[in-house]
Amino acid sequence: MATPTSTVVLSARAVERTVSRMADEIIERNDGTERLVLVGIQRRGVQIASRIAAVIKSREGADVPIGALDITLYRDDLQTVGPRPVVGKTHLPVGIEGMHVVIVDDVLFTGRTIRAALDELADFGRPARVGLAVLVDRGGRELPIQPDVVGKHVDVPAGARVDVSVVEFDGKDEVVLVAPEAS
Amino acid sequence: MSDILLKGGRLVDPSSNLDAVGDLLVRDGRIESIGGTIAGPDGATVIDCAGQVVAPGFIDVHCHLREPGREDVETIASGARAAAAGGFTAVCAMPNTDPVTDNQAAVGFVLKQGRAANSARVYPIGAISIGQKGERLAEFGEMVGAGAVAVSDDGKPVVSSQLMRTALEYARTFGIPVADHCEDPTLALGGAMNEGIVSARLGLKGIPSEAEEIMAIRDILLARRTGGHVHLCHMSTRGSVELIRWGKDRGIKVTAEACPHHLSLTEDECEGYDTNAKMNPPLRTADDVRAVQEAVKDGTIDVIATDHAPHHYDEKEREFSDAPNGIIGLETALAVNVTWLVAPGILSVSTLIEKMSCGPARLFHLPGGNLRKGTAADVTVFDPAAAWTVDPATFRTKGRNTPYAGRTLTGRVRCTLVDGSIVYQQGV
Amino acid sequence: MSSPLGKDLLGLEHLSAEQINLVLDTAEPLKEISERAIKKVPTLRGATIVNLFFEASTRTRTSFEFAEKRMSADTVNIAIAASSVSKGETLVDTARNLEAMKIDMVVIRHQSSGAARFLAERIESNVINAGDGTHEHPTQGLLDLLTLRQNLGTLQGKRVCICGDVLHSRVARSNIWGLTKLGAEVAVCGPRSLLPNAIEQMGVHVFDRIEQAIEWADALNILRLQLERMQAGYIPSLREYNRVFGVTRERLDRAPRDVLILHPGPMNRGVEIDSDVADGPHSVILEQVTNGVAVRMAVLYLLAGNSPHLADAAKGNA
Repeated sequence: MATPTSTVVLSARAVERTVSRMADEIIERNDGTERLVLVGIQRRGVQIASRIAAVIKSREGADVPIGALDITLYRDDLQTVGPRPVVGKTHLPVGIEGMHVVIVDDVLFTGRTIRAALDELADFGRPARVGLAVLVDRGGRELPIQPDVVGKHVDVPAGARVDVSVVEFDGKDEVVLVAPEAS
Repeated sequence: MSDILLKGGRLVDPSSNLDAVGDLLVRDGRIESIGGTIAGPDGATVIDCAGQVVAPGFIDVHCHLREPGREDVETIASGARAAAAGGFTAVCAMPNTDPVTDNQAAVGFVLKQGRAANSARVYPIGAISIGQKGERLAEFGEMVGAGAVAVSDDGKPVVSSQLMRTALEYARTFGIPVADHCEDPTLALGGAMNEGIVSARLGLKGIPSEAEEIMAIRDILLARRTGGHVHLCHMSTRGSVELIRWGKDRGIKVTAEACPHHLSLTEDECEGYDTNAKMNPPLRTADDVRAVQEAVKDGTIDVIATDHAPHHYDEKEREFSDAPNGIIGLETALAVNVTWLVAPGILSVSTLIEKMSCGPARLFHLPGGNLRKGTAADVTVFDPAAAWTVDPATFRTKGRNTPYAGRTLTGRVRCTLVDGSIVYQQGV
Repeated sequence: MSSPLGKDLLGLEHLSAEQINLVLDTAEPLKEISERAIKKVPTLRGATIVNLFFEASTRTRTSFEFAEKRMSADTVNIAIAASSVSKGETLVDTARNLEAMKIDMVVIRHQSSGAARFLAERIESNVINAGDGTHEHPTQGLLDLLTLRQNLGTLQGKRVCICGDVLHSRVARSNIWGLTKLGAEVAVCGPRSLLPNAIEQMGVHVFDRIEQAIEWADALNILRLQLERMQAGYIPSLREYNRVFGVTRERLDRAPRDVLILHPGPMNRGVEIDSDVADGPHSVILEQVTNGVAVRMAVLYLLAGNSPHLADAAKGNA
């Protein structure tokens, strides 16, 4: 079986630069770090969020709280997805009532994950506003959901996929485009 | 009544040391001649018995026909027909009916219904105590006079040792066996299956083997004291057969029966809470099964009886601990015995027939159990090698509660004659 | 579309270690839901769950009810007073009626061993055994395992002693299966008249004295002693039971290590367990209760993937 061809879209250094720019955009849009809370979507969104928080710390000297959100229980496709997906940890370090929440995820695709995340956040409280920052936007939306901060737009042909790797799980930071497998 | 010529079968009658291929002629309801080649008279029905065994009709000394009282579950007629289909030319019906068969009129009723069935013979067993309550003796004399062949409180044990002693002594006058269902009620109370690792895992209260053994030795000792004939029903444990051996070694008049299910199945059948594996005494361990098989082989167990106990589907279709005890057995007895005893070489065909026909007749002083010239033609023809799949829906008994459903067994009755008339023919 | 646990949860005896760990791993993150302001996730929205209790039970039923409601399911409680005189509808008919009402799941507690399986074999809905006779109580076993795992780190090689009336205890049986599958060493301790005769064949050690059990164990799971056992003659008196087998402060203080104390509840204070032990620093009894809701949510989550009615409904929406 032929190994699928993959193209590196963002190398480790490029990820670093992109995350850096994303952090700057978030600070700019929020006019500082007041009431800012980053909420990463399990799994890799959490790691991206912690990278952004580290940049914000070096820029502004402020510790922005980072939360983790597992949206498995809020998925709209649980009945058809097959064997039950594993549920990860959800943890919000501060109350989100009246806060400026920025949801952070690695790849934005159909928008259903973000829809689930919004439903889940609503069960925790009522933020003053919620924004969305994603490392990769691959288009293909099925719901009217748009990111406020994008790392990179990637055109993904039919059958291909975008893989985001993070050091903590995969040994390196990288974004690759994996071509459809030869039959 | 037409003449019947059973041609070319293997004639086996242990009581007269007969085991040879030959013919058997039935005339006017009697065995006219037996052995060798017989030229049939004109008009005789010829039944080709090549490859079959021709044996004296089987006799079941322990079955439950439910009439009077539970005709929805079995009648004497349906039970007699089921017996015939199982190769039985006679059965003894236990008295735990409703009302209990504890008086001469009740005994007469059972006899009458049995005759009207025109199938296997039905011999009533009378109760030991009035209402089987275990308090006062029933009138053995009147019941025997009306046709009872033995007494038993089966269904229940005789709890009072004093009553059991008296029964054994009193029965001597009439020369009848006293058959006991051996179960210590306090040990067995609430139990649903054999006590052991399976009951521990399934969370079911167990009946320890001692519940049976304690009563067995009690009965054996009372038989010694009284000189009476005690017949121990459905023996199921290693301990029990060892005690019976002890009694027989000392010349005590103890006889015993074992049931086909205790000679073939173990407590593992209860996995999955299958109520068709629930009966009393319960299915025991593999070691017990081996011991009881050995005991049948060496004569410690005198006869094989079915303890045929039909129950209504609704009664068995419930939680295991609530379901009634008992399984049907008349129409599977031969096949189970052949599959688990004869086929593996534990018993010869001849010994099997001794256990199913000659022995029962001798123990309970019944006619039959032999193929002698001049006797009434109660004959069973069976194929010891035929394989068939058990489908209770096709049975003549009204009951469907059998653990053998769906299994393929070896050994099939082809034809049963009572008094020279065909009361069952397979495929007809 | 299949669920990793199969159609029903009837017991732990036939589950694999992987399946048991899956339930525990799923339950852990679900604990957090009970700490939110809005204790609800929409996962089982639209599912209909019947709690069919033939035996009275406040704690187990409430725990299941919380679990079901926190998963947004619709719950119906049916409490059937069973009396031997008037049995009313048979279990078979109850099963068929539930099926006809298009129930997704049934949680059943019944006084007969095997009743949960009996029901499961006759209806398509998922069946969860909340205790059948003296056979099994799998969700209790699972929450005990989770509590032990959280406090001991792992169950592999740990020593757990189940104390009390093992003979009549479905909690004991479920614990024995679950613990042995996860590699723990299991023992029981109690009067021999309250231990199954074949207990050693179940792979457990037997201690005749509570002092021996305390010296050996990393954790004690103390079973409730029922008054009926004394009345039925298995033990002479509750007083003697406490004097010989009671887990008391004095006995526990002589333990060579910290011994975790578990109890499925409700407790007979002063009989099998003394108050200062139940309320003491080694007791994790209240954690068990918290874990109970999470474990039951996990079971509902894992089984519901297999529900035929929910699947049909989902196809309609897709």
